[in-house]
Amino acid sequence: MINASQQLAEQASHSHIIAAGDYWMHVVKAGQTFRILDLEGNQAVDTLFYSAADPAERYSATDTIREQGNVYLTAGTKLLSSEGNVLMEIVADTCGRHDTLGGACAAESNTIRYSLDKKCMHSCRDSWLLAISEQDVFSMSKRDFTHNINFFMNVPVTAAGGLTFEDGISDAGKYVEMVAHMDTIVMISNCPQLNNPCNAYNPTPVEVLIWDAL
Amino acid sequence: MHLTDENLIYSETFPGGAHWSMRMRAGNALRLVDTEGGANVAMLMLNPENPLEKYNMPDTLKGQHTFKLSQGNTLFSDMGRAMCSIVEDSFGWHDTATGTCNRRVVEAKWGHSRYQDARNDYLRNGRDSFLIELGKYGLGKRDLAANLNWFTRIEVDDDGNLVWGDDQSKPGDAITLRFEMDAIVIMHTCPHPLNPAKAYPRKPIRYEIRELPAPAMDDECRLARPESERAFENTRLYHQVKGGQS
Repeated sequence: MINASQQLAEQASHSHIIAAGDYWMHVVKAGQTFRILDLEGNQAVDTLFYSAADPAERYSATDTIREQGNVYLTAGTKLLSSEGNVLMEIVADTCGRHDTLGGACAAESNTIRYSLDKKCMHSCRDSWLLAISEQDVFSMSKRDFTHNINFFMNVPVTAAGGLTFEDGISDAGKYVEMVAHMDTIVMISNCPQLNNPCNAYNPTPVEVLIWDAL
Repeated sequence: MHLTDENLIYSETFPGGAHWSMRMRAGNALRLVDTEGGANVAMLMLNPENPLEKYNMPDTLKGQHTFKLSQGNTLFSDMGRAMCSIVEDSFGWHDTATGTCNRRVVEAKWGHSRYQDARNDYLRNGRDSFLIELGKYGLGKRDLAANLNWFTRIEVDDDGNLVWGDDQSKPGDAITLRFEMDAIVIMHTCPHPLNPAKAYPRKPIRYEIRELPAPAMDDECRLARPESERAFENTRLYHQVKGGQS
């Protein structure tokens, strides 16, 4: 569902540009609004969410899909935790559809998907591994990696039960915006994948913006 | 696949609404039979040598361009290995994207029930069942991941809406999972959270453990897709046995 936001970029309390291949890890406070802006178009933003109070409570793709009765995420979607609580709610979306079935790229999954000699290419899970190691205040380990959201990615399920990777429906300047219902750790890998046509083989920067509650 | 008395190691009828776990050995198969029809077997798989490696739903689905699981599919771990392959399936469409029932879902759909009143007929839920079994291996909430829902068919319409399929499993439907690696198998038979039944469905299953021949180079699951072949090759490297590609 396309739904534009009234928030003005110049009123954001925080903004940061994440280069492709980098991570960003930040606590978004309850009531704050959080936007991810696709600066150049069709960039995959591999994102995980955790309760800041107890990171064992984290985003659950399966609970989110089942409770909203739909596999795609867009405005109106409540991002549910593994405990069934709302972490964030998507309130604005100018892209229209985001994926949460396709997971994140990894050296190991690249060997399966592309070829055995792709294992030394940079990947989202490598970025997350660096994130949790450098940001040790969060006391996370690989145990905490669960199934993520791929913002701006289009991964349709067919009536016959297939999973397809279609050309992106995002574009430069499209964004998705959500309001935090609890203090939430956001961990993003701005995807460095070079083997997938979904980003035209060209990973690009994205911007994150945060507005304080009114 | 040959089902003979000679390759049967163990067989058990297992009640509905219950949980269990086991260590499966590479080369052996776990065969699940939906004896009455309409069962749901929710399952997680982890590597006993390092439980940080486990069955990974997104890697399995995107690696085989599929939303459903059936015969010929292989279950991939997050470490790029073939953990387990589906060598027999009479049902054809198993779900792995819609999770498991928790206490909230069970109470909302089928009512509140306590052990104090119902004894062992109390309405167990899937999430607590997983946590109890994971705890036996020193694991817990942080080790949960998207589970398999054997014998439950969840379709998706053109707008992405989930549809509880009309063709759920029939009495006698069976699936055989051949383990390519040792695995801790965590399972329960609590109902699927989207099951529309008015009363808590308590469906038993039979499970069998069988000794199967090692997958040949022309094995159906190995050759189903180039991605599967590469996953089998990664498993061969993990076991450090001769053969395979290159």
